Amino acid sequence: MTDLITSEPAAMPADWTVRSPHRIKRARAETRFRLYGIVAIGIAVAFLASMLLTIFIGGAGAFTTSKIGLDVTFNEQVIDPSGARDPASFRGVNYRPLITGALAEVFPDVEGRQDTRALYKLISTGAVYQLENMVTENPDIIGTTQRVWVSAGTDTNLYLAGKIDPDMPQELRQLTERETGWIETLKSAGHVKTDINTSFFTNGDSREPEQAGILGALMGSFFSLIVCFVIAFPLGVLTAVYLEEFARKNRLTDFIEVNINNLAAVPSIVFGLLGLAIFLNVFNLPRSTPLVGGMVLALMTLPTIIIASRAALRAVPPSVREAAYGLGASKVQTTFHHTVPLAMPGMLTGTIIGMAQALGETAPLLMIGMVAFIVDVPTSVVDTATSLPVQIFLWADNPEIGFREMTSAAIIVLLIFLVLMNLLAVILRKKLERRW
Amino acid sequence: MASDNTALLRETRSSKKLMEQVITLGLLLCSSVAVITTVGIVASLVFEAFRFFQQVSITEFLFSPHWSPQTAIRADQVGASGAFGVLPLLTGTLLISFIAMVIAAPLGLLSAIYLSEYSSRRMRGWVKPVLELLAGIPTVVYGFFAALVVAPIIRATGSGMGFEISSESALAAGLVMGIMIVPLVSSLSDDVISAVPQSLRDASMGMGATQSETIKRVILPAALPGIAGSLLLATSRAIGETMIVVMAAGLAAKLTLNPLDAVTTMTVQIVTLLTGDTSFDDAKTLAAFAIALFLFIVTLILNVIALKIVDKFKEAYD
Repeated sequence: MTDLITSEPAAMPADWTVRSPHRIKRARAETRFRLYGIVAIGIAVAFLASMLLTIFIGGAGAFTTSKIGLDVTFNEQVIDPSGARDPASFRGVNYRPLITGALAEVFPDVEGRQDTRALYKLISTGAVYQLENMVTENPDIIGTTQRVWVSAGTDTNLYLAGKIDPDMPQELRQLTERETGWIETLKSAGHVKTDINTSFFTNGDSREPEQAGILGALMGSFFSLIVCFVIAFPLGVLTAVYLEEFARKNRLTDFIEVNINNLAAVPSIVFGLLGLAIFLNVFNLPRSTPLVGGMVLALMTLPTIIIASRAALRAVPPSVREAAYGLGASKVQTTFHHTVPLAMPGMLTGTIIGMAQALGETAPLLMIGMVAFIVDVPTSVVDTATSLPVQIFLWADNPEIGFREMTSAAIIVLLIFLVLMNLLAVILRKKLERRW
Repeated sequence: MASDNTALLRETRSSKKLMEQVITLGLLLCSSVAVITTVGIVASLVFEAFRFFQQVSITEFLFSPHWSPQTAIRADQVGASGAFGVLPLLTGTLLISFIAMVIAAPLGLLSAIYLSEYSSRRMRGWVKPVLELLAGIPTVVYGFFAALVVAPIIRATGSGMGFEISSESALAAGLVMGIMIVPLVSSLSDDVISAVPQSLRDASMGMGATQSETIKRVILPAALPGIAGSLLLATSRAIGETMIVVMAAGLAAKLTLNPLDAVTTMTVQIVTLLTGDTSFDDAKTLAAFAIALFLFIVTLILNVIALKIVDKFKEAYD
């Protein structure tokens, strides 16, 4: 190289160290182009970060809640006037006087119907059920006075969380000056504490934000995914086995392949319409249930599972099959005793990823009616239910300000589940995958 | 004894063979589920749409510029029949998809180029999972973000500059949808760009071209069909996207191309028409199936074309 340059100096172009305007321009264009790429990635990452940040900051508050401590006297006259201690009679008793009584102890100077009603509204309407449960579980507390921590009312919660702007004009505010004064009195007297919001994880939906929980939606999603798995996993794996191991390349298999590829790109809402027209209207399956939801989701995840399973089967080297054939195994034996078990980790990984997609799916479930207001937690696949993403959609639509926090919190839970599922898929792939 | 054995062997062999055939048939049945699903989709959409077109003419559906599916409760009420022109829904869908592609195409393409041509292995290892995360977030989350964060920001910015922006503008929905599609464009384009043979790069660099000149003048033209295919796939995804538009776009069926207006889309109308009480004889419910059939055909055509282009492209360099 050096020889060449020294022997033919005339062939050298202008000195390379000199930066001609043309070359400076080209170098700048190069830097600029590189920058475009970084900016593009930066925008996508910044968007993701700001979205996650908004949701995590907005939702964190929903995991804690304010509790009001009341010294409730479990008055026998109110709960069990007959003195029979019949557990069945504890249900349906009006426990409200117990709470108003306890409040009157703290605020002796609040009188009049309207004022006591305003005072009662500081407490969650669910508090009476809490007292009812306490009495039913332990009738011995009748006649005693206990410090009971009950949930704060919707507006009280907002005020204590600093979500009510004190500068807002009185008539627009959820709470009047006097009501916030009461809350401050409770607070300074040690009647207020912040607690983990357990009802968020143990309750179904509710009209009141402080009583609403995601358990119903979680169970709905869980049952739907079970149905989805039971249908989609065997069907997907067997389809992949057929196409990869058994099918001859002909028109029929080509047609099936084209079908699968196109199904993967059909808008999800169209699957919902299929469920509505066929599963609900033709087969008369129960509306709004995880059974139908899971069936629709299964058809949607089928292409994902098939494509992943085929890739997994293709990765098993032909030598394994040939060895089995050489020992006299039939095609079915070879496939199901050797090829499929070896391809199973890849198939499971694909299935988990498909299930994660199904967990986040909303639109098709709206079509089959899994979008109703359902308070009860579903206990089987034929109970009416919603699912976690549908619950998010419903809460996001709710104008009540308390639900905004809940929506973000539900999204956090959904994202955690998705991350866990994807993590499981990654670990499975790393642990079980064999390199040939 | 010997003859007994061979007879036994023959018998087991033939029963084994029968078993094999039964299993193969079973497998074929399993794989036909995908076909049955497609048939089911087409049949249910066509059947219900056919019933719709018995009540509303196809020409009205395709060419009428009015959409207001409210059928009256009493027969003598004004506007009792409802108007079923799909045109405003189509323009709304196309407007939002266009905004989404204006965002997604450059962002996705540029990040794909950077990732496949410039970035170090380490950076690729970081950025790829982030983009996959973006793709894995459920659309309902994007919808929530679009409706409760992006739309108010756009509205505030607009009123600061003196624009009147509706709180359910096409811009907010399109913008967020664009970001959602970036990973799709990026991963598809990445595949396509990586499929361009190294020899083309080497030849171009050998002639003294800089890396960006190589990309712009050699690689992109060579990858163009594949990139076009991936953009088509992304468009089809944008057209069929539901939750973002349901939550962030409006219900007003307006024939407008102004991105600051509220528009509605085909998917939004399907959801609105079919959630709540549905009776299966009125035009309102059946209209949803007609829209869905239209949507299905449009996305199917886009997908088939896109897949053909990408396949052709990949064959060319194999």
